[in-house]
Amino acid sequence: MSKGRYGIHGGQYIPETLMNAIIELEQAYEHYKNDQGFQEELTELLNEYAGRPSRLYYAKKMSKDLGGAKIYLKREDLNHTGSHKINNVLGQALLAKKMGKTRLIAETGAGQHGVATATAAALMGFECEIFMGKEDTDRQALNVFRMKLLGARVHVVTSGTMTLKDAVNETMREWTKRVEDTHYVLGSVMGPHPFPEIVRDFQSVISKEAREQILEKEGKLPDAVIACVGGGSNAIGAFFNFIPDKGVRLIGCEAAGKGVDTALTAATVATGSLGIFHGMKSYFCQDEYGQIAPVYSISAGLDYPGIGPEHANLHDTKRAEYVPVTDDEAVNAFEYLSRTEGIIPAIESAHAIAYAMVLAPQMKKDEIIIVNVSGRGDKDVAAIARYRGENIDE
Amino acid sequence: MNNLLTNKISKVFKDNKAFVAFLTAGDPSMDKTEEFILALERAGADLVEIGIPFSDPIAEGPVIQEANERALSAGATTDKLFTMVKRIRQKTEMPLVFLTYINPIFVYGIERFFKACQESGINGVIVPDLPYEEKGEILGIATSYEVDVITLIAPTSKDRIQMLAKEATGFIYLVSSLGVTGVRSEIKTDLKTIIADIRQVSETPIAVGFGISTPEQAKAISGTADGVIVGSAIVKIIAEYGENAGEILFDYVKSMKQSLSV
Repeated sequence: MSKGRYGIHGGQYIPETLMNAIIELEQAYEHYKNDQGFQEELTELLNEYAGRPSRLYYAKKMSKDLGGAKIYLKREDLNHTGSHKINNVLGQALLAKKMGKTRLIAETGAGQHGVATATAAALMGFECEIFMGKEDTDRQALNVFRMKLLGARVHVVTSGTMTLKDAVNETMREWTKRVEDTHYVLGSVMGPHPFPEIVRDFQSVISKEAREQILEKEGKLPDAVIACVGGGSNAIGAFFNFIPDKGVRLIGCEAAGKGVDTALTAATVATGSLGIFHGMKSYFCQDEYGQIAPVYSISAGLDYPGIGPEHANLHDTKRAEYVPVTDDEAVNAFEYLSRTEGIIPAIESAHAIAYAMVLAPQMKKDEIIIVNVSGRGDKDVAAIARYRGENIDE
Repeated sequence: MNNLLTNKISKVFKDNKAFVAFLTAGDPSMDKTEEFILALERAGADLVEIGIPFSDPIAEGPVIQEANERALSAGATTDKLFTMVKRIRQKTEMPLVFLTYINPIFVYGIERFFKACQESGINGVIVPDLPYEEKGEILGIATSYEVDVITLIAPTSKDRIQMLAKEATGFIYLVSSLGVTGVRSEIKTDLKTIIADIRQVSETPIAVGFGISTPEQAKAISGTADGVIVGSAIVKIIAEYGENAGEILFDYVKSMKQSLSV
């Protein structure tokens, strides 16, 4: 079995043209992850530039209203650039700098990862090119302009289904064209090894902080941690340091779109099967011939036909549960959190909020849920208005 | 170890510089693919790579991506492809290899896939997203059904070249350029040095692909390599002429084959 395995999942299924680049990245990461200077530099960036540590906020009104468990919100939405994506991007950009790379490329779905990458590129002086599906540049027009403002070039991807999957395809193609000076800042815990490990390590700061914060506030561990899952980077970040704590339920919320019994879904664990795609063995939405399915979710960031290999293994070993959440449930939760706590979550994060709304009333009042609010919802306001039949300009 | 005299694929490189043609199966239809493959052979192709269409062909440029989309929209499936190959095997002895991605093989069932390859008469597979490190996924089973897993070597392979070449059977697919498939006006990679590196450890024939479309390029490359692979230029003709592409393909491949060094 090759490197980077999580149970049967993971691996390095990529063209030969990229193998030396992947090996170089792996060696650099093995070196720098244990390098004190690198870690100090990264911590300073995370704290002083990105605004970490993020708050663990007790959502008192929401908890009371739902009448069950105490709900804490891990406020990744308060990070610079508005989501958890910056955690990984600052780490990878710093690593790329150490490796002598001068150009960053990245895929983006909702635009959060693209914005974070463009931001780090501006900060650290990289050339930057972002690939985004046409469907997504249409529904997240504001983020497209934001990336341009930050000095990045945005390529509109018109191949395939014109969403996140196709943006990943196009970024991989671009990397094979120009690999020498270019680092591919993969945005989720997916792709070939070492990406799932690198991204997870950089995102695990979420659960490292949350674990300390909840012990300080409550003197005990939470009963459940909930996060939304597309590729799964915020979820693995929120889960990782709780994995050894067997009493903590880990719950990933997949985008069910119009429902798992329809074709308009992106719920990989609920509807997918084992496959090998985008560099990894994992679960994918696909047909009997291994053709990747066109998936759908209201959330551009969760609109992906696969799931990271570590999640696939957490599912196999039953350490984590994965539940589908529909567009309707997510939009309701989006509005509910805005109204109840004055926090507008990203539509991605609203999938996690939605499941907390189901779970909390079934739990006791002294039990605790941590929900990872992976991003803020400013980018989604116009789309939600449209969903509710109100046509407003962005 | 590759036996150059008995290996069905290696043999075609023995007495002449080989012309390897690629097309995407099912574009515009399976019947037409069958007709085109036979036309390619009549025009002088020594080996044909048949692309199994995939929804997300990450190693392909726009020309072959679009062919994949056309084929899938027209209803191409792996099963229909095996049926077509069986028919073709009644009419030709020319070696045939599949080019596809690992997922269509894996999901079909690796054992089932290679058994069907043997039964229908496929001699090899090229899997662009299955590097050396992962080839154990299919190699044992493929070999047991007498299907060669073709080794790809890239301009970036450098210190990996000899490790890759040592185990190569059938032929070595030397990728001429960085990036994805597609017609290129110029090939800048120092192919001579890579080929010399390979030759230190392997006698397996070397065919160069990616970017080759003109007789001049084919002539130059066949001066150092054992064969040339042409894909996008052929697929482009099929895209343009559709069902009527047969004759134009014949003329094109004939002129390419004639341009090869002897």
